[in-house]
Amino acid sequence: MSVLTQAGAGRAATPSIDLGPAVALSCRECGERFGLAPIFACASCFGPLEIAYELPSGDPEELRRRIEAGPASIWRYAPLLPVPADVADKPNLNPGWTKLVKADRLAAALGVTGGLYVKDDSGNPTHSFKDRVVANAVEAARAFGFTTLSCSSTGNLAGAVGAAAARAGLRSCVFIPHDLEQGKVVMAAVYGGDVVGIEGTYDDVNRFCSELIGDPAGEGWGFVNVNLRPYYAEGSKTLAYEICEQLGWRLPDQLVVPIASGSQLTKIDKGLKELIAVGLVEDKPYKIFGAQAAGCSPVSQAYKAGHDVVRPVRPDTIAKSLAIGNPADGPYVLDIARRTGGAVEDVTDEEIVDAIHLLARTEGVFAETAGGVTVGVTRKLIESGALDPSLTTVVLNTGDGLKTLDAVDSTARPSAIIRPNLDAFREAGLAS
Amino acid sequence: MSVTVRIPTILRTYTGGKAEVTAEGQTLSDVLADLDRNHQGIAARVLDEDGKLRRFVNVYVNDDDVRFTDGLKTPTPDGAGVSIIPAVAGG
Repeated sequence: MSVLTQAGAGRAATPSIDLGPAVALSCRECGERFGLAPIFACASCFGPLEIAYELPSGDPEELRRRIEAGPASIWRYAPLLPVPADVADKPNLNPGWTKLVKADRLAAALGVTGGLYVKDDSGNPTHSFKDRVVANAVEAARAFGFTTLSCSSTGNLAGAVGAAAARAGLRSCVFIPHDLEQGKVVMAAVYGGDVVGIEGTYDDVNRFCSELIGDPAGEGWGFVNVNLRPYYAEGSKTLAYEICEQLGWRLPDQLVVPIASGSQLTKIDKGLKELIAVGLVEDKPYKIFGAQAAGCSPVSQAYKAGHDVVRPVRPDTIAKSLAIGNPADGPYVLDIARRTGGAVEDVTDEEIVDAIHLLARTEGVFAETAGGVTVGVTRKLIESGALDPSLTTVVLNTGDGLKTLDAVDSTARPSAIIRPNLDAFREAGLAS
Repeated sequence: MSVTVRIPTILRTYTGGKAEVTAEGQTLSDVLADLDRNHQGIAARVLDEDGKLRRFVNVYVNDDDVRFTDGLKTPTPDGAGVSIIPAVAGG
């Protein structure tokens, strides 16, 4: 076994906590290390804490065989996640192992010749990628003895937390902006937990949760994306693992990833680097592109301006799952896009809707607005020359279009409403 | 100008475990200086070596993120609430 992440000063790992290969928390900014605990910010510099691992260092072929023989869920990658070895035996939603759709018709429409794939995470138990991260957070919650799961959410996460808590037998109380899409509110509430609408934006909700965590009112709660965030965020690495395994254990050349907080993009990069480090894929260059909605594009704006810090914005977009005006991992997204030779781009609400239709009519995949953002940005990046159409490209769809019906309500309508007879059908002009 | 400052968990070692303390000052900068006089070392956790707000700290005066207002020069009227919050949450 070898320690992949850097060593640093600070407390030792907590020996009584069994989270598999996770051995400590490490500050991404200053490197200070802390024992495994429900903490998320460095006590010295406020930097984000990440999991430090002892990753497998044996024969990669053996690890590969072990993974391939594992369950058809993210738990096939348990040796690379902060979860106990017997995680698959515990009550959870077993997310992941979603389809990697070879999108030949979309490729033809966009002029991609090097192979285009859509990683379709609408196939998860609550129909978004959030099931991946929540499943990891649930294991941390169990390890730390929390009995209530909570979160600040733009919608998808609230549903994922509600469902995971129900399966695990935990209480849930989730916080969302009060004006979310109906589908997301229903999906959050149906699992029987408490759903609280906050009068404000997601950033207001997030601030509220950060304050609640330090107050007796929220004592003993596991906020998946606050005090459990280091564990939770690791779940996004499984997107990278699956994409590479589904491509035949090789790295894609280019990935287009949506940006809300930026956590998913940074963890996909971390996952790719880990696969290289343990020898499961051959090392070669890859480019990561970030995708935002123009109505909430603080990272894209910073990228285009050449800044390495992100100035918060007030969101105004139909892509509500990406409407985080103050993205926590924004600076790291900028670092990764620049380091890998990618870029960050944004598209208007009209372009998002058009891209949802494009993906649906070419591949039969109905994406939520975030998927419209990645497909729309892919098209824009090809047009600008930033994305090379001759290379293997993977575009992420992180959620199901049924959750954001409002976005296409006026553009996906019946072709005709007719009386039930043949003459009426012929008159409608739809006959063969 | 007396204001209430909400202290995040990771800084409560400086305030004897208190979640809220009072401080004086006409601007956020003054308030942080006064806070540091009474809880020595706390300002260095919030501000970097150049005296700017650290990259991963959010500070609110009442409901306003000071990055949307005047940053450290943001006025802190009598009775205002100041919140210091780690920025790496959410998503």
